[in-house]
Amino acid sequence: MKKLIASVVAASVLGMAAQVQAADYVVDKKGAHAFVQFRVKHLGYSWLYGRFNDFDGEFTFDEKDPSKNKISVTVNTESLDSNHAERDKHLRSNDFLNTKKFPKATFVSTAYTATGDKTADLTGNLTLHGVTKPITIAVEHIGAGKDPWGGERAGFEGRATIKPADFGIPMVEKLGPASEEVELFLTVEGVKKK
Amino acid sequence: MSFWRSNEHSYSGLAKLLHWLSALTVVGLFFLGLWMVDLTYYDEWYRTAPDLHRSIGLALAMTTILRILYRLTVSYPGPLASHPRLVVLASKVMHVAIYCLLLVMFVSGYLITTAKGDPIGFFGLFEIPSVVSGIDNLEDKAGDVHEVAAFTLIGLAVLHALAALKHHLFDRDDTLRRMITRGKL
Repeated sequence: MKKLIASVVAASVLGMAAQVQAADYVVDKKGAHAFVQFRVKHLGYSWLYGRFNDFDGEFTFDEKDPSKNKISVTVNTESLDSNHAERDKHLRSNDFLNTKKFPKATFVSTAYTATGDKTADLTGNLTLHGVTKPITIAVEHIGAGKDPWGGERAGFEGRATIKPADFGIPMVEKLGPASEEVELFLTVEGVKKK
Repeated sequence: MSFWRSNEHSYSGLAKLLHWLSALTVVGLFFLGLWMVDLTYYDEWYRTAPDLHRSIGLALAMTTILRILYRLTVSYPGPLASHPRLVVLASKVMHVAIYCLLLVMFVSGYLITTAKGDPIGFFGLFEIPSVVSGIDNLEDKAGDVHEVAAFTLIGLAVLHALAALKHHLFDRDDTLRRMITRGKL
């Protein structure tokens, strides 16, 4: 019996230790400390910026072993916002995102490969416009620690460049050759789960 | 026929003018709308066609409001005595439905452009500010309404025209004539 208790205690201590190292975080959507943004060249003359206002995400952050870091994000594509009602309507239409048919876009990471002290390549599967393709996000770990309100937070920023044509969105045909690529900016601050 | 006042034999000159001008404008806006949404980004009409559509739509909206006020305040020819009650009722329902759909078109079209606080322009002369914004995806909802209402309006207009032709060609009564000619005196 003593042995059993000892092993249960040992297991739970080990479990707790593992938890301390690799913690799960919920993306702080409520406090709006997270942003899913994009930019695309307009005619080749300037950058057009837009964002998605509604999304959810969770990530695991392991300070000791960053290879355990992972994230999953789900974006409500209908929440696209480029600060222009008619353009937003057009971008949501079946000319581009077809948000009625594909209301969700998701990114689920598969590997986190450190490239520096604070930087990494985060690979994973992006599902957009009903098509799933692997992409690599260049990630910078901005910081982590206690917040002033009794919680703990960690934050990252990621950048990736995609060709929407890979996902069946005909950017060049619709907007011209300068708009072939879209840059994505994923900025997340997570609140540690208790 | 008086320009201002209708009588039992004929609509007034103003009523005729507004009716036929509106008919032409509604059909024109319908096809302009269908055409402009498929223009490519580099088409020289890509910006001007929607500008025209918005401006002409606003002009029709203002005209229609005055037309409804005119219709409600100045006497107009009632139904022909030869019309059965069912025909009178059906034409009444049709007229009210067309006016209502016109109003739905104006409101929904206005909301597409102004949903995020942008004003809507009138031939570059002046702008009408946004009054409703901050509703999620309002431009999409208004767009859906605008599209469905447009096809419904055109469908009703075709029925309305067929009914007028039926009165003219088969019943051989004055229904259509009093919207076209001076009518009998």
